[in-house]
Amino acid sequence: MTFYNDRTGLAQDNGIAETGELVVNVGPSHPSTHGVCRVIVHLDGETVTKAEPVIGYLHRGIEKMAENRTYLQIVPLTDRLDYVGSMYANWAYCRAVERLAGILVPERAEYLRVIVCELQRIASHMMALGSAAADTGAATMFIYAFDERERIIEAFEELCGARLTYNYVRPGGVSFDAPDGWTETVLEFCRNHRSALDMMDRLYFGNVITRQRTKGLGVLSADDAIAWGASGPVARGSGVNWDLRKHDTYSVYPRFDFDVPVGSNGDCYDRARVRLFECYESCRIIEQAIAQMDPGQVKAPGLPRLLAPRPGDAYDHIESARGSLGVYLVSDGSVRPYRMKVRSPAFCNLALLPMLAEGHMLSDLVVILGSLDPVFGEVDR
Amino acid sequence: MSALGWGALYGLAAGLVIAVAALIGVWGERKVAGRMQMRIGPQELGPFGLLQTLADTVKLLLKEDITPRAADVRVFRIAPIIVFAPIAMSFAVIPYASGFAPLDTSVGILFFMAVPAISVIGVLLAGWASHNTYATIGGLRAAAQMISYELPRTLSVLPFVLLAGSMRPLDIMDEWRWWWIPLTFIAFVVYFISSIAEVNRGPFDLPEAESELVAGYFADYSGIRWAIFMMAEYGGMVAAALFGAAFFFGGYLHLPGVWGVLLFVALATAIAVAMIWVKWTFPRMRPDQLMTTAWKVLTPMALVQLAVVGLVIPWLS
Repeated sequence: MTFYNDRTGLAQDNGIAETGELVVNVGPSHPSTHGVCRVIVHLDGETVTKAEPVIGYLHRGIEKMAENRTYLQIVPLTDRLDYVGSMYANWAYCRAVERLAGILVPERAEYLRVIVCELQRIASHMMALGSAAADTGAATMFIYAFDERERIIEAFEELCGARLTYNYVRPGGVSFDAPDGWTETVLEFCRNHRSALDMMDRLYFGNVITRQRTKGLGVLSADDAIAWGASGPVARGSGVNWDLRKHDTYSVYPRFDFDVPVGSNGDCYDRARVRLFECYESCRIIEQAIAQMDPGQVKAPGLPRLLAPRPGDAYDHIESARGSLGVYLVSDGSVRPYRMKVRSPAFCNLALLPMLAEGHMLSDLVVILGSLDPVFGEVDR
Repeated sequence: MSALGWGALYGLAAGLVIAVAALIGVWGERKVAGRMQMRIGPQELGPFGLLQTLADTVKLLLKEDITPRAADVRVFRIAPIIVFAPIAMSFAVIPYASGFAPLDTSVGILFFMAVPAISVIGVLLAGWASHNTYATIGGLRAAAQMISYELPRTLSVLPFVLLAGSMRPLDIMDEWRWWWIPLTFIAFVVYFISSIAEVNRGPFDLPEAESELVAGYFADYSGIRWAIFMMAEYGGMVAAALFGAAFFFGGYLHLPGVWGVLLFVALATAIAVAMIWVKWTFPRMRPDQLMTTAWKVLTPMALVQLAVVGLVIPWLS
């Protein structure tokens, strides 16, 4: 009998099937790599001995493109970073510009930014939970999560006309004030969202197979989380109580009463649960923000079309749905930045994959990848 | 007519019945799944979208039949038939109406358990012949899974052989009593779960795990060959539902004549809908957990059931 060696492709006619390491190429086009992630997986039977992520399939050179655009023209570019949470990149970039140019933002604009970003956090977490569930084969949970996300996207569409790339947060404020009745729509969403979250909690996290599949899987210790620069739900799932909204607070966040959900085991289950509980907290923040918000301007008055900050540099970061998202800007005094650098949480979190996946099964690899919730627009930039 | 002639006639009839069952099965699954997911499901073509699957079938027939260059061509082409034919044969021993099973054999129960097991060879061959890593992993998973679940599934129907003292399906139906339903309840649970695993449906669809193996052992199949794999899956589900409805719930016995047959079909439909329900609610299991469930949970459960029935029998006579 003739056997073929999978690595060399050569026939071996010694009558003995060679058993050895099998190399499987997962992605860049694969149902559960969350975009264009490619992972070269070395398998011993079904056990992963080594997983190497290969990134760069979505590299568009956004940071370099920014050097040839004016400060206002860069905002649409930041939409394309984390395309599941465009509002965050908008805001992080605008905060860096405002710090660089010393712009003061009206209070109503800050409240609107908080509301849209907390809505965006829910939308992003719904996507993360839904696709993590789909990775384990729970198709119905995916649909329910995406239905919730759809409500938010509809609200964003009403607010700024776009469903995915909002270009809403601008240096010095936001592009439009909330239309009449928009806050009521958002409040109604928050009310309905809580019961939807309860239902998803029972449907997915209450399921015995989900628990078997995700508990004790891909355990990340708190020390490792800090050492590898993990942030957001990935770090908090490991018990690292670190949330920029609380611990390096910005905007109007000090005025809100909310908790930071923290996990304890650092496994896929805890990472996903942290995301679920963060959605409840986001609802609380949105309701408080709408109650506190007063009418007023949404753009800083007297702002020039062409910003030309004094030479210098500025870094600012916010807590995005994936972790601490930072933007570093260097100005040489012209109307275009000399350099822009994005500190992307998804990139740092994805770096954990080889460590977490080793020794687990092929089926677990996609679950671990899903629990890290990478978005490749932000990883590759 | 000669035996060969009867065989050919049966093959034709079974092919037709399975094709229709698969058409309705796919439509039903899409409708049920749609309702579960706040959608409507197919609705455009024909009344309630009933003709949607027919249109899909025509599309699949017209699609290019691709054979990968690296594939073992003859094995690649014959594999779908090896998967489908045993499933079609298993329909022969099911008692559909009073005194009627297409193949009235004294080893009917054994036949129903053993013959569909041949399709695992086809699955393994399909995975191997594609010369594709994903397909090979899927094929190997399928082999391990289907052979493991063979055991609890066979054990779960043995209580009927004990109770009726015969392996002939029609004899069992003659002996059937209503209190067999509560008596064999554990066996039904085992049968239900291991049947889902046997036909590779969620939450046991590891061989074709979409999120890991893309499509598993039939990843490289297209057009009508792919459709034959799907028909085998739905055929297996329908056969399992019919068999379960007949023995675990008494099938046609509760009502006379045609009404009995209709009741039998209704019971089978209920079991099939439950299988669809499970698939669309539950996440998929991991290969090692799948094996643990088969050997450490379902097999002991089936053995306990067998012991219970064994203890009850002398007490009855």
